[in-house]
Amino acid sequence: MADIKTPPGTAVDEPGRAADRRPGQPFPEAGLRRTRTRATAGSGRMATLLVSPTLLVLSVVVLYPTIMALKESLYGTKGLDPKTGFIRTTEPFVGLRNYTGIFGAAGDRFWNAFWNTTFFTVVTVGLETLIGVAMALIMHKAFRGRALVRAGILVPWAVPTAISALLWRWIFNSNGIANAVIGHQILWTTEGFHAKVAVIIAEVWKTAPFIGLLVLAGLQVIPKEVYEAARIDGASALGQFWHITLPLVKPALLVAVLFRCLDALRMFDLPYILVGAQKNSVETLSMLAQNEASNVRFGPASAYAVLLFLYVLLIALAFVRVLGADLVGDGGATGRSAGRRRRRITALRRAEVTA
Amino acid sequence: MTITAKWRGRLLYVGVAAVVAYCLAPFYWMLVSSLRRTSDIFDTSLLPSTVSFENYRAVFSPSQGFTRALLNSLIVAGITTALALLLATFTAYAMARLEFRFKRLILTLIIATSMFPVVSIVVPLLKLFTDIGWINTYQSMIVPSMSFALPLAVWNLTTFFRQMPDELEHAAMIDGCTRGQAFRKIIIPLAAPGIFTTAIITFIAAWNEFLIALSMTNKPAMQTAPVAISKFSGATQFETPFGSQMAAGVLVTIPLVVMVLLFQRRIVAGLTAGAAK
Amino acid sequence: MKTRTTRALQCSATLVAAGLLVTACGSSGGSGSGEPAASTSFQGRGPITYVAGKDTSGVVPKVIDRWNTLHPKEKVTFIQLPTDADSQRQQMIQNAETKSDAYTVLSLDVVWTSEFAAHQWIDRLPEKQFPLQNMLKPVVETAKYRGNLYAAPASSDGGVLYYRTDLLKKAGVTKPPATWSEMTADCAKVKKLPEAEGMSCYAGQFQKYEGLTVNFAEAVNSAGGVVTDANGKPDVDTPEAQKGLDFLAGSFKDGAIPKEAITYQEEDGRQAFQSGKLIFLRNWPYVYALAEKSKVAGRFAAAPLPGLSGPGSSSLGGHNLALSSFARNKATALDFMKFFSSEDSASTFLKDASLAPPYADLYDDASLVKQYPYLPVLKQSILRAVPRPRVVQYGDVTSAIQQEAYAALTGSKSSAQALKDLQSELQKSTAQ
Repeated sequence: MADIKTPPGTAVDEPGRAADRRPGQPFPEAGLRRTRTRATAGSGRMATLLVSPTLLVLSVVVLYPTIMALKESLYGTKGLDPKTGFIRTTEPFVGLRNYTGIFGAAGDRFWNAFWNTTFFTVVTVGLETLIGVAMALIMHKAFRGRALVRAGILVPWAVPTAISALLWRWIFNSNGIANAVIGHQILWTTEGFHAKVAVIIAEVWKTAPFIGLLVLAGLQVIPKEVYEAARIDGASALGQFWHITLPLVKPALLVAVLFRCLDALRMFDLPYILVGAQKNSVETLSMLAQNEASNVRFGPASAYAVLLFLYVLLIALAFVRVLGADLVGDGGATGRSAGRRRRRITALRRAEVTA
Repeated sequence: MTITAKWRGRLLYVGVAAVVAYCLAPFYWMLVSSLRRTSDIFDTSLLPSTVSFENYRAVFSPSQGFTRALLNSLIVAGITTALALLLATFTAYAMARLEFRFKRLILTLIIATSMFPVVSIVVPLLKLFTDIGWINTYQSMIVPSMSFALPLAVWNLTTFFRQMPDELEHAAMIDGCTRGQAFRKIIIPLAAPGIFTTAIITFIAAWNEFLIALSMTNKPAMQTAPVAISKFSGATQFETPFGSQMAAGVLVTIPLVVMVLLFQRRIVAGLTAGAAK
Repeated sequence: MKTRTTRALQCSATLVAAGLLVTACGSSGGSGSGEPAASTSFQGRGPITYVAGKDTSGVVPKVIDRWNTLHPKEKVTFIQLPTDADSQRQQMIQNAETKSDAYTVLSLDVVWTSEFAAHQWIDRLPEKQFPLQNMLKPVVETAKYRGNLYAAPASSDGGVLYYRTDLLKKAGVTKPPATWSEMTADCAKVKKLPEAEGMSCYAGQFQKYEGLTVNFAEAVNSAGGVVTDANGKPDVDTPEAQKGLDFLAGSFKDGAIPKEAITYQEEDGRQAFQSGKLIFLRNWPYVYALAEKSKVAGRFAAAPLPGLSGPGSSSLGGHNLALSSFARNKATALDFMKFFSSEDSASTFLKDASLAPPYADLYDDASLVKQYPYLPVLKQSILRAVPRPRVVQYGDVTSAIQQEAYAALTGSKSSAQALKDLQSELQKSTAQ
């Protein structure tokens, strides 16, 4: 890796350095940060001004309902009064019992849904990343009709999820086109691993373009000069990709992957419509929460939603940690090399502007 | 050398063809299914035996209110995107360029909010909007849509702004631009592909939103396209109107693609003009 | 999802209302025939709404228009919900949870009555004001909870057996089978014909969804078993029920039911029958008109469902009208429900939208029978029908049935084990 020639100043040393810094370790360049902070004195007030509208909107539409759901998760299901035949009007307070329930008898279903959700997320996001990046690299090349093709790859992402789930259900019908193409009848919507495969195929088809588009946008903002410099230095195509392209699109790619992870963890419509409700092979946490809510058990439903939320939050935190440097710019070594990278790009741009 | 270049060119076209086939083959199936007659909807031939527009006629029959629904979707998704982009641009600028406390926390919070399942936030919001008389209004669909549109926009824009060299901005400021002008004249044009992509993705997410739009409206004149599609029905409760659902799917997807094509020309043109200078 | 604030706000009001209801019902407790004291609450006249899944036949707006011209000051607005039953139920529950007065008259699937009544999302109705004595008895049962009327039957539906008349005749069978063993024997004869090559005997709806509950309940009831007894207690771990489930599981095993039928919903089975892949098919009456336009036109007929040792029992479909507890203008609503569920309206729905009526004599009407030749068979089917379990936690009950029946049909559990597990699951969910 180190002996591939790359132009000085590109981020060749970045991955290694980033790995060196263990999470939680204080950043070696706090001093530099402080200077920078002082340099932009008063930016705190400005930041408050710029950030608060977003936070305000989000607290109205999300925070309030979320707190309601948190509270709800501490309550049980309303019981039936055997004398009157009516459901009681109050819900019993059960404390954390809705949460501890997942370790008890009813836990099997929760853990099954948990593993399904995790499995779908890992596999689909992994495949989407590979396919999406490949798409972006191809689309980034200049060729005739590129605009048309680029709009074309949007199609899967643009089809509403419910409609695409119906489409795939039709494709995976016992007498559908999928079986006609492979010349063998697989009953895709029955329980079993093939049901998972059907969901994964449909999900990857629909969302790989999302990653493709964001990575493509990331590629487009990389100045060509960086590549020219690399080519002059004799870097191979693979070397260029690995040492220039990938580090430079990393932020865009990671944000795309993050959003995909979060979405995949909440996957609902696709397995629900494509394979069906209550199929153990494909039941996800969202489907479980929905099932509880639709049976008017709002307490357990909220508990599942909160657990899913925590799970997702954990992943988001991990991403913020990884992304921190590129996103908020206070990440020590990585920050420095990113800064260096930017400086170099700037120099190139200046050259371009003056030329 | 020339031979490898030729091969590379060919390889590129093979790659392009693969990408197009991958993305469009299922969509082609959707299109073909939408052009079949109801009676041969179970066919698996690659071309419809008889091309029929009965599904499209069904979609546009006045009782479905589909044209109106498309318009509503356009309004809701358009305003959601515009608002989200506006607010997110401010926020993302602060995230990318300013130093302040709790930045990481705020960024985490913003994304955390987008993660709560919609099904859990819809009833509290429904209650709230009923109380303030927002049922059957556009704002009752736009405001909740911000819950997923805003985080998506903030995060994407932050990365794209962050990728922009801040030295250019500083240079502009030294040349007498205010911070705002420097941002508008330097960063926005340079980040155009990123902003454009963010806008498309936000728009599509808002365009396809279903549960909120379904819960907040009960008048046919206010329903959005996905809600209208969910109300398609066969002649009886058991018949699935698969053909017209697919036709509707085609009809809601095509405007997006056309829109992207139109805007894309402009953006790409603007970029190449800048580069040619 | 219900929230604590909303609850806190409504709590006192709800408690008062609940208290009133409890005492009111206590006085007429159990008798069921007395007029509910709640009838005093049918007050207020003015505009109301009718909430139902979308109707494409266009007949519902037509009937509503008829009402609106007669009652210009009490107009009804039609609120259309998605066609998918689960979404309909979700929207109605959301409306009840927010105690909104947006919905007045609800079109409920027959299996939702108990749940909506027990949650007091719908009002008890005065029995004497609806012509229940003219309706088919099993249909009326679906509108009751604990012996009291909570909904007005508006439409019904029952399963029938479609069979290929041409093939049966050629194989020397003169009448449709009345029992499962006759069906098996007839099928064996037909399969010897050259034109029956590649055909399967029988199919119903066996995908893991509500249709499986319908088919399972029919098999159990047709073998003399029950899913829940007269008091709503589960009693499914019986030899009779096992014979019913064994019929389905065994048919899957020996290939009488094709393997792919495990993915069938109504439309898949119809498609298989129409393309000549099936000799017998259990389905709803809607298939009749469509099959008449297909390849098998004129070569099939409908018969009552077969059973273990005689005619079988169908499950019941259809919709009932209920009055949302949180609605305004309930006097208008009651009148509208009477109008909308009247024999006159039912006859219009049958003629224009082929909805099976709850009224007995419409099935014998000569001109209607001419239009819908299956009507006499459907009447037999509905008269012998057993409603699906009428329990408050219907959602849990139907999932448990689907879970266990599916396991038995796919062979991952024996019928005996599946029924044993089902019994304990049902006891759990009905005990609440």
